[in-house]
Amino acid sequence: MSARAKSERAQPVSARAESERAQPVSARAKSGQARPVNARIVRVLALLLLAVLVLFPVYFTVVGSVMGPGDIASAPPSLYPHSLTFANYRGVFRAVPLGRQYLNSTLVAVLITLAQLTCAVLSAYAFVFLALPFRRTLFAVFLFTLMVPWESIIIPNFLFMADHQLRNTYLALVLPFLAGGFGTFLLRQSFRTFPVELRDAATLDGASHGRFLLTILLPLSRPALASVGIFVFLSAWNQFLWPLLITDSPQRQTLQIGLASLNDAEQANPGLIMAGVTLALLPTAALVAFGQRFLIRGLTAGAVR
Amino acid sequence: MRFCRKPAGRAGQAAGGEDDGGDLAVQRKPARPGLGRERLLSLVLVAPSLVVFGMFIFWPLVRTFQLSTTGQDLFGRPNRQVGFANFSGVLHDPQFSQVLEVTAAYVLLTVIPSILFALVLALLLQSPLRGLRILRSAFAMPFAYSVAAASVVFAALFNPAIGIANYLVTSLGFAPVNWLTKPGTALLSIAITTVWMNVGYNMLVMLAGVGGVDEQLYEAARLDGAGTFRIARSITIPLITPSLFFLVVVDTIASLQSFGQIRLLTRGGPTGHTTTLVYWIYHTAFENGASDYGTGSAQAIVLLVVVIVITAVQFGILERKVFYR
Repeated sequence: MSARAKSERAQPVSARAESERAQPVSARAKSGQARPVNARIVRVLALLLLAVLVLFPVYFTVVGSVMGPGDIASAPPSLYPHSLTFANYRGVFRAVPLGRQYLNSTLVAVLITLAQLTCAVLSAYAFVFLALPFRRTLFAVFLFTLMVPWESIIIPNFLFMADHQLRNTYLALVLPFLAGGFGTFLLRQSFRTFPVELRDAATLDGASHGRFLLTILLPLSRPALASVGIFVFLSAWNQFLWPLLITDSPQRQTLQIGLASLNDAEQANPGLIMAGVTLALLPTAALVAFGQRFLIRGLTAGAVR
Repeated sequence: MRFCRKPAGRAGQAAGGEDDGGDLAVQRKPARPGLGRERLLSLVLVAPSLVVFGMFIFWPLVRTFQLSTTGQDLFGRPNRQVGFANFSGVLHDPQFSQVLEVTAAYVLLTVIPSILFALVLALLLQSPLRGLRILRSAFAMPFAYSVAAASVVFAALFNPAIGIANYLVTSLGFAPVNWLTKPGTALLSIAITTVWMNVGYNMLVMLAGVGGVDEQLYEAARLDGAGTFRIARSITIPLITPSLFFLVVVDTIASLQSFGQIRLLTRGGPTGHTTTLVYWIYHTAFENGASDYGTGSAQAIVLLVVVIVITAVQFGILERKVFYR
């Protein structure tokens, strides 16, 4: 392209003959570039198309939450707001006790995360650094817990809570999830790569197990701890079936069940529902956006060996 | 973390094949002073997890088998042994074959498109491009949606009167569709919702796999004159088969366990056309105060068997085609 422009500008007089001679060269230069350029354009267009497809529901969630009923609840639907309104955000707190449910979800998810992290650190430590009896059997037990679909054992768990008058309590929401095989598995993998020299040095210095764990191992295992923490938090925050079964009083329900009630009660008011969804998304969207590298590590613990 | 439909079951499932042994403690000499105390300590440390597992996984597992052979009074209180009556009830239930068909169709409609979609995305995102990080974060966004959040949004999109789906359909000159209440489209609508939810997660896994491919292989291929598609087909895809295999397994299991999207979009209807195994259990044991825990437990055991068998089959068949470095 530029080669031809230059040659034309340099010899304007001998135009025909020159350009005839220059033609093959410039054409070759062009085609040499043309293929990658075309591939780039195709690639960018495909990515943009897919981005529109994937992001439209996200756009609809956020933009819908600031649309008035005239925009969002009309046929044909408006794709952009003609005027901004925050009435949906006020309305959603009247429709369901969203503030309280936000608190419930936060409390439950934080409790589950802390408990699973603690249990996982302790058991992974025993698996890697201590002379644990029945190590293989116990590890198989931990792995087995991951293979049992929760839905297949949900009836006895539900009956247990009902029998002990634990329905509509925080205890019922957190108890079954205070420990999990996943965290132990991931932390065990991480601890196993811990340098033996450091461990031996600490022992020679007379560090007790507790001291080694707290002052050396855990600070050096922060990425793995973050992976497990983010993971457990996300899944606890997003739980649906169990809180649906175990709570029926709106004050004791989690945000996810609040969204379900909103969906049942406010069908005519999509803006309100989108406001609820946007609020519920805030913590998880932040985790996905900023915790991505930890997520990938946790996601692929078994995929990429 | 069996409560989480998505990540936990997943990472764990793939972990199943992992090795054991080689832990630091194993290599140490036996009969050290204080070994007894160390063993005791180690048992104390695993105890909290084991107590939780025992109470909420292993004992319930036993109870599920017990309940599956138990009949009950009108209030759902177990009161008598019925042997295998619940199982034969489930197997002879005319709905059973429909449930299996719906479950199988749902798995196929979610797993295959989810993986292909993510594969295309990962291939497109693999080489450098301006704004790549932003794009990647954007494509990961569906992962932030809980099943309830995603279902509620798609319920609005599929709304027959004011939803975008029908706006598109009618703009193209077709008649509006009752997406969620027509037998032909209800399951498809739920599958579309699920595929959308899976895209973020699947893409992240796939990208991690693509990132692990040795850059020199690409250079060598390019020097040999291989084009974009040839490189994708002959290098990238064969080398990321571990990621593909992982996703097939975990997406299938997650798909078999789907509940929220069905509950929120169709409640298993119309006339059972979206009632999968898990929704069937819910319907039998809990929906509208049904309280048939015996039959529900028998159905739960069917689910357990299906999940375990399918996972085993996938490991058996697919693992042979996987290329490990």
